[in-house]
Amino acid sequence: MSSVFQRRRQKLLSLKAMRSVSASVHPHSSEVCPHCGGEVAHRDLVAGGYVCPLCGYHHPIGAYYRLSQILDRGSFKELDADLASADPLDFPGYHQKLEKAQHKTGMNEGVVTALGRMGGIRVAVGVLDSRFFMGSMSAALGEKVTRLVEQATRARLPLILFSASGGARMQEGILSLMQMAKTSAALERFSRRGGLYISVLTHPTTGGVTASFASLGDIMLAEPEALIGFAGPRVIEQTIGQELPEGFQSAEYLLEHGFLDAVVPRSQMRDTLIQLLKLHGKAGANRDG
Amino acid sequence: MADYTPAQRVALARNTARPGVVDFVQGLLTDFFEQKGDRLCADDPSIYGGVGLFHGRPVTVIGHRKGKDLEERMACRFGMPTPEGYRKAGRLMDQAEKFGRPVITFIDTPGAYPGLEAEARGQGEAIARMLAKMSALTVPTIAVVTGEGGSGGALALGVGNRVLMLENAVYSVLSPEGFAAILWKDASKSDEACDVMKLTAADLLELGVIDRIIPEPEGGAHTDVAATVRALDVVLQEELAALSRMSAHALHTGRYEKFRAMGAKALRKERT
Repeated sequence: MSSVFQRRRQKLLSLKAMRSVSASVHPHSSEVCPHCGGEVAHRDLVAGGYVCPLCGYHHPIGAYYRLSQILDRGSFKELDADLASADPLDFPGYHQKLEKAQHKTGMNEGVVTALGRMGGIRVAVGVLDSRFFMGSMSAALGEKVTRLVEQATRARLPLILFSASGGARMQEGILSLMQMAKTSAALERFSRRGGLYISVLTHPTTGGVTASFASLGDIMLAEPEALIGFAGPRVIEQTIGQELPEGFQSAEYLLEHGFLDAVVPRSQMRDTLIQLLKLHGKAGANRDG
Repeated sequence: MADYTPAQRVALARNTARPGVVDFVQGLLTDFFEQKGDRLCADDPSIYGGVGLFHGRPVTVIGHRKGKDLEERMACRFGMPTPEGYRKAGRLMDQAEKFGRPVITFIDTPGAYPGLEAEARGQGEAIARMLAKMSALTVPTIAVVTGEGGSGGALALGVGNRVLMLENAVYSVLSPEGFAAILWKDASKSDEACDVMKLTAADLLELGVIDRIIPEPEGGAHTDVAATVRALDVVLQEELAALSRMSAHALHTGRYEKFRAMGAKALRKERT
């Protein structure tokens, strides 16, 4: 690949990353951390990858920004950026809401899928974006994830998915539910052919995404204090009629209960992923066609 | 088909006298042997399963159990499985694969149990594993939604080569109450939710989510259980015979393609 193309790609990603930086951060000179209440200079927040330097709170970040932080410079090549939802149930008000979300985020759907490199190793990577309908599972989101998995299967690439999701896209009803089966089936095929899948759970990962592709990683990672679960905390409280213990459904809680390999701070995420890719030799390349 | 509103069908699907997996096993199979336990820590009675003979042929049957009396209903958490239930179902499916037995599932659940222990033991992971496992089986699999098909807890038994539905059963991303609570912050608007969710068998057939509707007796399945079982028997025999003519590869690939196409019409191209 020529360096002109690389520079152009990097510039495009940087521009998109700037727009997608964070759901909770605005470019003022200083911010009040929503977690610890401390005042943090904006430049310190940026320098730390939107992690509070006082308490370590990981701010939600947009998909393009995350990709700009973990991929090798100039290696980002987006897939299926044009794929969007067609309002399959003709659901009242959904079309307008979709347009609004698209306008706000500059994305057509709640996941960005791409090919790229990490530490020189080619990877297929997808990042869900909680600013777009809370990263909820639509048919288009399921389709983009499935196409990425299938492409990784064909090209024998290791796969990395960053999840962040409020669950199902209610406005797509049963078709949202069916994406759980579709994505899981694609990952099962990928796995059978020897593909390496690293699943990274970020705040929050819940509902149908937890109960499908997010939980099927060979390696399971999460960002600190991310909320991870199937049922939401409010629903559980209503069911059991009591308050939930402190830290319930946090990344650390899942680690303690055996559902994660590691909790990895954002600052160490790229290095950890590269280490894992290298440990898998030909980087999880498939054994056969 | 009888002319019921979606909300009326939801009520029929939830009728406590509605036949469930235990009735269907009794009516359809002989020499049934119930298998219990997940071989990890527990047995969840809200998933009922085992092996029996269907017209002389061994099949594995797995279904959600809601329970008959109050005590049983409590033990089954009203048909809401824990991860242990799904892991038991997974174990039974592994055996079906090993011994080359077809799998028939009967779906009837409000959803997976949203409890503290269920979360601590990986409810999401347990369901995800079931989806992956069912998608990879090379034996014939038939899923029948017989009552409430609620959310991921229903789909966990639903990745079949053929997906059938009783006429008054419903199948949806969430209960109508939960749906209304999330979208409109008002669980009491469940009747409105029923109207827009497309959760009836006829709607789902049109959407391509299910393959076939099995008629119920006038007034609903509970008014004549024997007739319901007879209707099921005829359809299951037909479907199983057709699937049994397919190779292992064709069963696996066909099932993959079937679910791969879900939502294909829900996509459009947008400029970037």
